[in-house]
Parts: sequence; C-alpha cells; structure tokens
Amino acid sequence: MTLPLAFTWTEFAQQVTSGLAAGAIYASLALALVLIYQTTNVVNFAQGEMATFTTYIAWTLMHHGVGYWPAFVLTLLIAFGAGVTVERVLIRPVEHRPEIVIVILTIGLFIAINGLVGWIFGPEVKAFESPFPNRSVVVGGVSISIQDIGTFGVCLGTVVALWLFFRLTTLGLAMRAVAFNPGASRLMGVRVGWMLALGWGFAAVLGAIAGMMAAPTVFLDPDMMLVVLVYAFAAAVLGGIDSPVGAVVGGLLIGVVINLLGAYVDFVGQELRLPTALAILLIVLVIRPSGLFGRVVVRKV
Amino acid sequence: MRRGITPAFRGLLLAATVLLIALLPRFTSEFRLGQFTYVGIYFVALLGLNILTGYSGQITLGHAAFMAIGGYTAALLILGQSGFELLGHQASGVLPQHGMRAIFTIPIAGLITGVIGCLFGIPALRLAGVSLALATLAVSVSLPALAKRFEHLTGGGGGLSLPLPHAPFGWDVSSPHWLYYEAWVCAGILFVVAWLLVRGRVGRAWRAIRDGEVAAVSSGVSPAVYKTLAFGISAAYAGVAGALFAIQVSYINPDTFPVTLSLLLLASVVIGGLSSLSGVIVGALVLEFLPIYAQSPPILHFHFAKQAGPVVFGITLMLIVLLIPGGAASLLGRIIRR
Amino acid sequence: MSTLLELRGVEARYGPIKALHGVSLTVADGEIVALLGANGAGKTTTLRAVSGTVRHSGQIVFEGKQIARGKPDAVARAGIAHVPEGRGLFTQLTVWENLRMGAYVRGERRTLRLEAPRVFKYFPWLERRRDQQAGTLSGGEQQMLALARALVGRPRLLMLDEPSLGLAPTVVQELFRIVKELNADDGLTVLVVEQNANVALDAAARAYVLEVGQVAIEGDSAELRRHEGVRKSYLGY
Repeated sequence: MTLPLAFTWTEFAQQVTSGLAAGAIYASLALALVLIYQTTNVVNFAQGEMATFTTYIAWTLMHHGVGYWPAFVLTLLIAFGAGVTVERVLIRPVEHRPEIVIVILTIGLFIAINGLVGWIFGPEVKAFESPFPNRSVVVGGVSISIQDIGTFGVCLGTVVALWLFFRLTTLGLAMRAVAFNPGASRLMGVRVGWMLALGWGFAAVLGAIAGMMAAPTVFLDPDMMLVVLVYAFAAAVLGGIDSPVGAVVGGLLIGVVINLLGAYVDFVGQELRLPTALAILLIVLVIRPSGLFGRVVVRKV
Repeated sequence: MRRGITPAFRGLLLAATVLLIALLPRFTSEFRLGQFTYVGIYFVALLGLNILTGYSGQITLGHAAFMAIGGYTAALLILGQSGFELLGHQASGVLPQHGMRAIFTIPIAGLITGVIGCLFGIPALRLAGVSLALATLAVSVSLPALAKRFEHLTGGGGGLSLPLPHAPFGWDVSSPHWLYYEAWVCAGILFVVAWLLVRGRVGRAWRAIRDGEVAAVSSGVSPAVYKTLAFGISAAYAGVAGALFAIQVSYINPDTFPVTLSLLLLASVVIGGLSSLSGVIVGALVLEFLPIYAQSPPILHFHFAKQAGPVVFGITLMLIVLLIPGGAASLLGRIIRR
Repeated sequence: MSTLLELRGVEARYGPIKALHGVSLTVADGEIVALLGANGAGKTTTLRAVSGTVRHSGQIVFEGKQIARGKPDAVARAGIAHVPEGRGLFTQLTVWENLRMGAYVRGERRTLRLEAPRVFKYFPWLERRRDQQAGTLSGGEQQMLALARALVGRPRLLMLDEPSLGLAPTVVQELFRIVKELNADDGLTVLVVEQNANVALDAAARAYVLEVGQVAIEGDSAELRRHEGVRKSYLGY
C-alpha cells in the first residue's frame, strides 16, 4: 500500500471534513429512503430522480432571475407537493399489492423522470450556483472550505428540524405512530393515507435538498443523482433500512470512509471509490444483514 | 392455469411464431432485420431475467452488468492477444494467442458469466429483498468504473472494436442475415432450455421458494442451492445476450450496458408478464420498438424529441403495473380465452 | 336512558366465511353492556364491525346516525374508542406519546391538557412512568395504558375487547373496578367483550350472549346469572 500524499494530520482532518460534507448529502437522501421504507415498506428507486427533477426546477427559477434562497424555498415547496402527489396518484392504488409491484412502479417512475429531465432540459451538463463563497477558513491549522461547512450545515440542519418535527408536533407523532402500527393509528382517528402521503412529501423535500447541495460539485445532468442514490441506498442499508438514526450515521460514515480511501489508498483512487465502498458494505451486510441500527428480524423456519 | 388454451393450440401458436421468425428476412429490409436481431438478443436476456425474477422471485437491477461480462468475454476471445495489441494495449496473458471465431465465443461467454453469476449468487443468498436490489444495482453502477480502471483487460474507456462479423464456414449469407439467424437460433435453443427447466423439478422448486421459503424448506427443497442456480442460469443467459450484442454491434465499451438498461430489462419483463415465457417475446418487442415508436407515433403524424422514448417507456410500465397486473401475457391469454 | 348505539341485523364476513349472521343489540347512554360467548361466536367481529375494521352489512346507528362503513378513523372521530384484542399499543413509543395519540381525535394539545389529569387520577402510576417505552410495561400495565389512552380522547362509547385476557385475577379485578368507577363518576358508556363471564356480569348492567354469530340470550346481569344455560356454559356452576 503506497501513500500518494505525505501523511499529515491536517491533511487527514481536511479529508474528513470534506467527507462529512459529502456524507451529509448521502445522509439526507438516505433519510428520504428510510422515511418511505418505514411507512410504505419499499425502497423508492425514483427518489434520486425526483431529487434531480426538483434541482432542475431550482435551476430554472434561478435562471429566470429568482435569488438563490427564494428559489431554494420555492423548490422545497414544489418538491413537497410533488411527493404528496406521487403517493396519492401512483402508490395508493397499489398499496396492498406485493412489494415487487410497488418497487417496479418506482422503477417505472425512475425511467420516466430520467427521460423527462433529458427531454425538457437537454442532456448537456449545466453549472449550478452555490450559495456559499468559494473560500476556506482555517481552524486550528486545518483549512476547511466554506462550501463544505455550508453543505453540512444545511443538510444536518434539515435533519435536526425534521427530528424535532417528529418529536414535538402532533402531526409528527401521528406519522411515527403510523409507521409503527397503522392499524392502531386508524383506531386513534388518524387518516393513515394522508400520513403516508406526507411521508412521501417530506422524503421529496429531503431529496431536493440533497440535490441542490450536490449540484454545485457534481453539476447538473439527468444522471447526476444516480451515484448519490447508490451511496444513499448503501448508507440506509448500512444503518438499517428501518432506522432514521442509522441512515444519518451511515451516510456520514460512508462519506468519510470513501473520501479517506480515495485519498490514501492508491489502488482505490478516484475511479474505484464506489465499487470499494460497496464491497465493504456487502461484507458488512453478509455479517449483519439488518444493518448497524436495524431491528433484527428473526426468520422463522 | 391457462384454461381454454389447449396444448394443441399452444403448439400451433408456437409453430406459427417459429415460422414467422424464420421467414421474416424474406420480407423485410436489412435495417429492419437489424432491429429484429436486437429483439432476439433482448429475448435471450429477458428469458434469463424472468427465470430469476419471475420464477425464483429475486429482484435484480444488475442484469446489464452480466450482459457486459458476457460481451467483454466474447470481445476479448474474438480479438485474442494479437488483436488486442493491435488496438494499442498491453494484452493480459490470460487471453488466447489468436482470436476465435465469433460464434464459438458465445457459449464460452455464457459459461463464464454463469459461473460468475453463481459466485455472486452465494453472498446474495444472505441478502433478501432490499439488500439484494442494492447489491445488484451496485454491481451495475460500479461496472463501468471497473472496466475503465482495468484498462489492460478491457481497453478502458475507448472500448474495443471488433472485426466485422461474417458467416462462418464460407456460408453464402449476408452479414445482417447471418447475425439475425445466429441470434434467433440461440434464442430458440435457450427458450427450449428455459421451458424444460421451468416445467420440471427445478421450476417447481423455484416456485415453491418464491411463494414461501418456509414451505419450500419443509417440503425438502434447499433454497440456497436453487436460488444460486437461478442466479447462475440467469447470468449465463445474460452472458449469451451480451456476447450476441457485442458481436452485432462489433464494438464494446464500458457504457454499452448502462444501469438504465438493467432497469429497462426489468421493466420489459414486467410488461411481458412475470413468470411467463411467452410474455418474454412481447417484452423484447416492447424494449426494442417502444422507444422508437414513442418518438414518432405512427398514427399521430407527430414527432417527439428523442428523449420521449424513455418517458413513454416509464409511463407504459407504470400503467401496466396499475392496470394489468399479469402483464401482456395475461392480457393475451384473456383475449384468446374469450 | 336514550339509546347511544344500536345494531340491527348486522352481518360481516372474512372472505368466504360469514362471522356474523344478523346481530342486533342496543347500548343505552351511560350503561355498561357485556358481550359474552364462546371462542368464534363473533364477539370480536361485532366490535370490529362497529369500529369499521371489518366491513359489515345491516345497520349500525350511533347517536342517531348511520356509522361510516370501513372507515375506522372516521368512527374514532365520531367518539367511539375501540381497545382492540392485543391492545393496539404503540410499543416503540413512550407511555406519554401513547397518551398523546389517544388525544389525537380531539386535537392533541388542548385535549391532553384537560384530560390527562383526570385520567392520571385513576392511574397515578402512569404519570411517574410517562417516559418509559410502552413495550417494556408488564401485560397488566399495558392493558391499563390502553384503557387510559382510550379515555384521554373522552369517547362517548368505550369498547373493550377481552381486557382480562392473559392477566392475573387481581389485575382483572382492578381493571374492572376502574371501569365501574368511570361509569359511576362520568357516566361513561362501555361495551365490553369478555370470555370471563363472571367478572363481566359483575360490572355490567345488561349482557348479550352470542352463539355462532347471532344473539342467543339477552337480559339483565342478574337475570343471566340465574339462566341455566348461561350458568352451565359460561359461569361454570
């Protein structure tokens, strides 16, 4: 094993912080996947494409002279509405059909949105504005880009806000109750169908945030979220697909680990980050199929 | 199961289909023939996918990755060390000295991919549902990166150009006709193999596992063996399809078999009908022609952009899932029964 | 006393199997009514038909209005609390969060502020353990929590499905003592399904005995205690 860089702790710390920023993006999208998995019991393969689409909406708004933050907020609202609509129109009719049916429906949605984005906005790569200055601050000898701090802050801020929402508000409590026990929730007077739709709405919001935070670095193109989705998927499975905490921890862990591997292990370099991360993940899964924080389901034979 | 359709009728239908496929080159242009060659190739890939997903109930999003393995195997065997070095790469020692005839590379590609599929199927045993989908998606997403990284084996991003395919043994058949028959003869053989597998003991075991692993175990079926077998066979089919594809295009690069192909393949199986071998032909036709016709619908006299194809594809898939649970096969069955 | 709930010829089925063959019964405002019968007689299904968790035909009238069919959330909002078999607690949530869910039907915050102190009067230990995860409570405590959660929503009608199931006799006594107290204090109307006919007849003013999906015997509790068939089949003496 050769080290491409002379090892210093400051360099290491820099790699960790930029890994955390990327990890926060994965964590957001992973949390979106978990939100839907908890209520609908499927992985929404279209989550990344929904995020891509909303990021293009943000781009269009900014292109027409809307400022970054107003466009940001507007995009989140649109994403929320879109998420709710998808659940009501597409998922609701197949709610009680086998898992594979719903999965395939989300794959259909993936294909359709991916095509639609290319159709409307064209296949060429577009630049996406970042709200954060392109400078660095030096903390204790470690230079950290403001871009990274901002990305981390926005993503984790959203996660914390969502956590507070689920803990403190009536609606949040009802959504959690539905995730745990939809039948009993119904007896408590909860409109379960609408809670599921809200879950899809919040997931779409998280996706939109992940998309808008990722876009300045990965640039805007119809496939931009594909790799992010795989990392997010990996994060969710690593953390335990039914655990929100696990999704966030998994996302950050994957962001940091692959950044370090890419920087310090010559063999991995830039190209093999994804395969390496996934190989590690598969090993973890083979040892612990329910993930780090997941509920262990005992299969009865 | 299919009440109303007698075996005799099914046999007649099958014979008519075979005849149609055999005689098609007489009636159609070389351009159209090329399209029908792709239908044959997709048919092979979809047969394999339906064995895995339709019969043994495992979702895979990595079928295109196995096609890529088959495609690269065939390409490298066709080139051999000498051909590989002509393209300006340092050849690996595992390749044969000289290139092979394309047609012989097809079964080898199938075998090698099948073995790799089995090897992949073993860890996949521990993964159910979501994790398996992730693992296969991961393979599909990672493969282009791997192909670019190991340039000495794959020719890297620039890809591998293959010699133009000709009919072997000095047969007097034009190249497009030869490729058409090659693809469809493979398809025919593999259809029969799939049919024998599915209706026999193995097929029963797969269905038992799909419909309830617990019940299968208690009736003496080992899920591990049969699931791995399904993975291996499905991969072998994908390998053959990938080899046919590479030979047909006479070129392969890391992006020849993208992730979206994996998704479209899965979609086509569902459109044709899960666990229906006859539905596979519908799936293959849809996969080849739907994107083409979506751009310029024949009745509407209206031209959409090229990107309309996938949109229509995705929407068709969603509509079929929402409206016709059994896919095209069940719809046909219902119409015939009437 | 005015009629609060009335069932007229209610039928219900699970797929091809018919579970109720025309059940008719009434529950008056402010009374405790017991629903007795053997396993599979249709007691649970009757409650489920009322709460909308199983579809029914026939008429179910609550406070003079037809009840929504197959819409448990609407039935709950109309003022019927159903404590189902197995209690239906949110075992991963805390005691307090379960109570919050109980108040959900009437607007969580205000209801909880008004009702929680009243409920804690009957279950003082719940207040001390409000942050404990519900799944870690003992069986008896879970049943009490399920009852408390239903009460927080201030239902017009409380339906209990086999509250005594799997509990120690002293806990069962305690539970029914509280139900009687609630009935005496606030005039709470209760429809309780029980296999334990003794304890149910103690608490209830009237009772119905179901046999194969139909009402076989009905009457005052005291009357039923004297009924020979009831004594032999359900009371064991």
